[in-house]
Amino acid sequence: MSVLIFTEAVNGKIKKSSLEAVTYGSKVAAALGTQAVALNLNPGGADLSELGKYGASKVIVGKNASLASFDSQVYTAAIAEVAASVGATVVVTVNDSLGKAVAPRLSARLKAGLVAGATTLPNTAIGFNVTKNVFSGKAKAHYNIVSAVKVISLMPNAVQPEANGSAASVEEVNLNIGVSAKTVIKEVKRASTDKIALPEAELVVSAGRGMKGPENWGIVEDLANVVGAATACSRPVADIGWRPHHEHVGQTGVAIRPNLYIAIGISGAIQHLAGVNQSKTIVVINKDPEAPFFKAADYGVVGDAFEIVPRLTEAFKKYKAGH
Amino acid sequence: MKILVCISQVPDTTTKIAFTDGNTKFAEAGVQWIVNPYDEWYALVRALEIQEKGGSTVTLLNVGPAANDAVIRKALAIGGDDAVRIDADPKESYFVAAQIAAYAKSESFDLVLFGKETINYNGAEVPGMVAELLDAPFISQASKLEVEGSGIVCERPTEAGVEVVSSSTPVVVSAQKGMSEARIPNMRGIMAARTKPLKVVAAVAVDTLTEVTSFSLPDAKSAVKLISPDNMDELVRLLHEEAKVI
Ligand SMILES: Cc1cc2nc3c(=O)[nH]c(=O)nc-3n(C[C@H](O)[C@H](O)[C@H](O)COP(=O)(O)OP(=O)(O)OC[C@H]3O[C@@H](n4cnc5c(N)ncnc54)[C@H](O)[C@@H]3O)c2cc1C
Repeated sequence: MSVLIFTEAVNGKIKKSSLEAVTYGSKVAAALGTQAVALNLNPGGADLSELGKYGASKVIVGKNASLASFDSQVYTAAIAEVAASVGATVVVTVNDSLGKAVAPRLSARLKAGLVAGATTLPNTAIGFNVTKNVFSGKAKAHYNIVSAVKVISLMPNAVQPEANGSAASVEEVNLNIGVSAKTVIKEVKRASTDKIALPEAELVVSAGRGMKGPENWGIVEDLANVVGAATACSRPVADIGWRPHHEHVGQTGVAIRPNLYIAIGISGAIQHLAGVNQSKTIVVINKDPEAPFFKAADYGVVGDAFEIVPRLTEAFKKYKAGH
Repeated sequence: MKILVCISQVPDTTTKIAFTDGNTKFAEAGVQWIVNPYDEWYALVRALEIQEKGGSTVTLLNVGPAANDAVIRKALAIGGDDAVRIDADPKESYFVAAQIAAYAKSESFDLVLFGKETINYNGAEVPGMVAELLDAPFISQASKLEVEGSGIVCERPTEAGVEVVSSSTPVVVSAQKGMSEARIPNMRGIMAARTKPLKVVAAVAVDTLTEVTSFSLPDAKSAVKLISPDNMDELVRLLHEEAKVI
């Protein structure tokens, strides 16, 4: 028996979300009285023994030429093969773009119940009960996974990595896999590297129709640059082409849960809130004191964004200079 | 191309979320049901755009009870040749995926399209499960889809950038924003939808792997703290010292 945690590394570094997953998986293992085994299929030079510090008692590197490039079918077969060899009763992945492609496949392949986007450790006092957000963050559902084997795809940023242990041994294992990829990644168009990717950003500055026009986004970007935040926008702003579509947050855009969300000239429609209400702290700047967004905010500033935003930028500059 | 578009029925985006029966059931009374926006705006419309170039059929599929027929007709008003409803309570992802896979296998579709997730369960679970059950390739959360020869080429935004991915068919794709623009049904579409074939298929027996034991509402937010517009230093201080987010 064991808990198997699938991890990823980029540019020679283990992803933070993978450290979260190993922390989480080692706690699940402790609750079940078993060991946590971390798996990586494409380490690219990362020091995987590090994962021991986060609770893995062993790290397996799966080797096969077909793993150099991602294909959901091949990766699923590889993870399932390792899961069988270590007798995994729980498999943990991260609910990011790779996890969303692989965890459901793994669930069907292993006939293992899946909770995608889990935010809590399993409550084993009432079965194997895991919580996730539903109705776009407007409610939570508590799921029992009733199958013998279980798959949990962990919501990024739901737990913090905890490094208490010591380095783990890393073992290379040749995998058979037995399926070949039917997809080919022909190219990866990289986002301009100086920009922070919105789904991963911990600080986000967002603006809406209250900005009146695309020519006024300079003060929003100035604030974002000083704060070190990613920029986002409401849906109508993306629809009229003031901002690129990938900045659209909300129920039908990107759902985010940063530590800080600053909303400027956004009314706070229910569909907008659905994508941002998991943010740890929300600041709302709006000239209308009745704007619904204030009900969802931690801090509010009532007034004209064109005056307030530059002042806030200055205040951040002062703060940064002193810290 | 023989295209299957899977559609889910979800509560309208403005629905007040509440639960009954000791917080074990979603309160459905008075709820307006719509086609899941990702399924309608992206998966269905893209399928129709492919069909408009000629040579393709578009079938809609829903797993649900007879009460879902109204929403299936709403989708048919936007387009599609016919629809299938697999007659079962869509109780969990694996159960639904197994129903769709069984039907898709029997009809050998080239392209099975989904929205990236439903706006009620937000799981993004069913499409990948269907792909695995069909032993088919899967392109998850695609923002672009083009038919090229006998295969397809998609774009797929990831944390590292936008992947351009090609695949042979049969293939399963889940669609997100960018793939197409939402369409509004016109009167002709609505009239035509009334007479389009809607076949009801019996469910296959499947084990369930998960069950919802209860629902709860997020913890209530404490009241907003208003800061004077003349004192942005105070806001920054609170973000640092009180909220501890900077
Ligand atoms: C099915 C469906 C799905 C949807 N999905 C989404 C979604 O995912 N994301 C999303 O954002 N929306 C979504 N919407 C749209 C949503 O309902 C709102 O229409 C939208 O969020 C409003 O955008 P806004 O707040 O930028 O604009 P508005 O509602 O026009 O608000 C502008 C705000 O700016 C304030 N303002 C104006 N001037 C100033 C100033 N000088 N200084 C400060 N404040 C000022 C105003 O007081 C107002 O509150 C969806 C709608 C539907 C029907």
